[in-house]
Amino acid sequence: MSYLCQQLINGLQLGSVYALIALGYTMVYGIVRLINFAHGDIFMIGAYVGYFALNVYKIPLPFVFPLAMAICALLGMTIEKLAYKPLRNAPRINLLITAMGVSLFLEYFSSLKFIFGPNFLAYPRPFRVTNICLGGLMINSVTIFVFLIVFSLLLLLEIIVYRTKIGMAMRAVSYDKETSALMGINVDNIISFTFGLGSALAAVGGILYGIAYPQIHPFMGIMPGLKAFVAAVLGGIGIIKGAVVGALIMGVLEVLTSAYLSSTWRDAIAFSLLILFLIFKPTGIFGKEEMEKV
Amino acid sequence: MKKIPSFLFILLLYLILKILFTTNLLNPYLQQIILYVGIIIIWTLGLNLIYGFSGQFSLGQAGFYGIGAYLGAILTKLFPHSLAIIPLSLFASFFGTGLIAFLIGIPVLRLRSDYLAIATLGFGIIVKVLFDNADAILPQFGGSRGMLGIPKYTNLEITYLFLIAVIFLMRNLINSKYGRALLALKNDEITADVMGINTFWYKTFAFALGSSFAGIAGWLYAHLYTFLHPSNFEFLKSIDCLLIVILGGMGSITGTILAAIIWIFLIEGLRVILPASLVEWRFIIYPLLLIIMMIKRPQGILGKR
Amino acid sequence: MKKLFPLFLLLTLFCQKSSVIKIGLIAPITGDVKTFGESVKNAFLLAIEEANSRGGVLGKKITYVIADDKNDPTEAANAGAKLINQDRVNYIIGSVSSKCSIPLSEICQPADVLMVTPTSTNPKVTIRDDGSRKPNIFRACFIDPFQGKVAAKFALEQLKAKKAAVLYDIGNDYTKGLAEFFRDAFQKGGGVITVYESYSKDDVDFSALLTKVKGENPDILFLPDYYNKVALIAKQARQMGLQSILLGGDGWDSPDMVKIAGEAIEGGYFTNHYSPDDPRPEVQEWVKKYEEKYGSKPDALATLAYDATNLLLEAIRRANSEEVSKVREALQKIREFKCVSGEMSIDENGDPIKGAVILQYKGGKQVFVAMVKPD
Repeated sequence: MSYLCQQLINGLQLGSVYALIALGYTMVYGIVRLINFAHGDIFMIGAYVGYFALNVYKIPLPFVFPLAMAICALLGMTIEKLAYKPLRNAPRINLLITAMGVSLFLEYFSSLKFIFGPNFLAYPRPFRVTNICLGGLMINSVTIFVFLIVFSLLLLLEIIVYRTKIGMAMRAVSYDKETSALMGINVDNIISFTFGLGSALAAVGGILYGIAYPQIHPFMGIMPGLKAFVAAVLGGIGIIKGAVVGALIMGVLEVLTSAYLSSTWRDAIAFSLLILFLIFKPTGIFGKEEMEKV
Repeated sequence: MKKIPSFLFILLLYLILKILFTTNLLNPYLQQIILYVGIIIIWTLGLNLIYGFSGQFSLGQAGFYGIGAYLGAILTKLFPHSLAIIPLSLFASFFGTGLIAFLIGIPVLRLRSDYLAIATLGFGIIVKVLFDNADAILPQFGGSRGMLGIPKYTNLEITYLFLIAVIFLMRNLINSKYGRALLALKNDEITADVMGINTFWYKTFAFALGSSFAGIAGWLYAHLYTFLHPSNFEFLKSIDCLLIVILGGMGSITGTILAAIIWIFLIEGLRVILPASLVEWRFIIYPLLLIIMMIKRPQGILGKR
Repeated sequence: MKKLFPLFLLLTLFCQKSSVIKIGLIAPITGDVKTFGESVKNAFLLAIEEANSRGGVLGKKITYVIADDKNDPTEAANAGAKLINQDRVNYIIGSVSSKCSIPLSEICQPADVLMVTPTSTNPKVTIRDDGSRKPNIFRACFIDPFQGKVAAKFALEQLKAKKAAVLYDIGNDYTKGLAEFFRDAFQKGGGVITVYESYSKDDVDFSALLTKVKGENPDILFLPDYYNKVALIAKQARQMGLQSILLGGDGWDSPDMVKIAGEAIEGGYFTNHYSPDDPRPEVQEWVKKYEEKYGSKPDALATLAYDATNLLLEAIRRANSEEVSKVREALQKIREFKCVSGEMSIDENGDPIKGAVILQYKGGKQVFVAMVKPD
């Protein structure tokens, strides 16, 4: 029993990092119907910004988060302006291919010697790792730290989306772009803001990931990015709470697969689940049916 | 192309290649590369049929390539001393891959464009995991150690025959009623449906056929290099395949052929040792090229012809 | 298509016989293991340079051609075909990983070219699937079964271990092979394998597997993977409070290991081809030479590439001819040839019979523990 609980905690930790990435996917998809393939690489860059801030410039941890968030938000907005905006009325697949191009570019550009370099780097631990025992269960400070940060960010996001003007505009644009524009909402700005917000969350995800699984390299974003996308689909793409629930399910599922079956099949099971969901319930757990407009 | 009848042109090209091959005017390295180019053309034409002609975006092409390769190779490896196994295993690679694609296609092809992309990408990843663990099913598959002991059956004749067959099949398909239906479906699926075209059946058929081409390409690859390794069939290879199709121009047969030739000769031409840093820049130029293409010339460099 | 023919004809102008000996090197100069390729290339160039400064071999200068295989099997086969047919080399050193050396050997054997791989440890490089020998293929490193056995023996006899857990990468033949051979040897010696689990290349979260391992509390955790993965697993294991002794193979050998793993790897043992602290004069001389030229200590990969190149040159010297068949015979007959990584004797499979060393990470450094002679 304690073994199962221990594994559940492992899964929830992984899932909460996935949640931060999945949120960006879901918000962007909700607004521009784009699978932002490069999102996983923004997460990678967030991790690297954190690494340099902590390790090279010795910036204290509370300031590292806003710094990485700001840099990644800018990056996300820039990518949207340069690569995605010219294609806003193009077929969706052209957008997806462009996003793949951006993703490859970020990966290979980051591996250049004078940028981040191709090698694995060990992530600094900004605090001591201590274990707290709760009757046979062991929770370490990293896990608690991850939970705290993720939870407070989710609260913040909730406030932004449901309690502010700009959040209302985001919801309006995702519901109907044309009508929102007619109502006087500046759609371009809202899209830009959404990219920024999603990228900032991914940046935090990157730093937490680095602290929890202390090693980073330029291609680290591919798999977590894909898994987080699967999570977003599970929960229902475009739905914020869905992304979080989907990500937690995903993390727990992966860990339990490793614990009770074999970790070899972990990816296969994750992606089989994706395909099954896409086929039988493409709207995910919380989604509602959409009619295709002619 | 149009001046000489295509039949004569095909024969002439074959004779030229045959003479060059047998007299060793082209050394074995260049022969191998030419055969490899042929294989890549078959493989990418398959994706062009799926994506370029019928608008179904698939990222599973490397997976089907691998399925064809492993299916054919396991047969020829298990029955090494009978020549009858060559046509049999070719048959298995072609129809086996096609059948798997068909079965996958039935549920998956109901999905919209970008969802389909992600579903096929997931399929590609699953297939790679299967290859890695295939030795648990049959030790001869070799799993992650790679599969050895495949006979070297791929030669100029087999490759050339299938290349011509694939090109022919595609040309005739496109210029038939079926091809027009595909075109309609690509341009507007809902309208095509209303017009009474059974879009779903057409889509699935195109998907299965294009994947069968990948299967044949896989067979040829396995029996040319006589060694298979799961890392040859990662989903990133599907992106390579896609790049060739896009550069050549969607829905253009000649474009795909030219792009594949240029692609391989660039890779091989760059084998001269450049400083490693230069080679790395290559991978930065590719994606940039892709992005610029999508924004400026989504119909491909050569465009439609 | 037709326009390209004159180009081919130009390319295939036959080369003239010359008074040099040409050796090809195939290594991953780019791609996911380019640091390995870098080490191998450095050592290869150093060996050639040295031989030329002594007047070459058989009175001829040695020239070289280098090709990149990007750690991709197809690329390796194409690179091999190019070196053999275009550059007309008769001898190839390469490649680094087994998945590239196997297809390369399939190209070299029929073309009657000699190949010496410095670092590929999969037995299948020099023997076919049916167990028959590929006579032209040799290697300069010991094979996985030997390394797995040495590690198991060390665990049982020196560390007095009874229970061991093994975690390995399913997608990598090197770690898979080591894991299997260690398991078999450990069980044969009376030990118990409590957990035998795999992960895949992109995994970073090992909490599930390590929780499983911790439940069994083994004496040894065997991690036969490259240093970057081992560092990650070791960190997470220590964080969970797992106390088992860590043990691994030659993939642990990297100056970056301590950088990435820090405290977590402290006290771990691993098997290796050589130790830079070995007092033998061959070793000390080699370390000095390499450091002077490249400014860092040579790792095992560099050492093996240096040995592989020298092994080939020695065989040409002994054959006193450039004919491939004669050089092959000479190579096959080599016994107790003094190399940096120990005395080498080539067995019937083209594998060297030589000892391994056991090293330990202590105080952030690799410390020489023991030399293990082959049985």
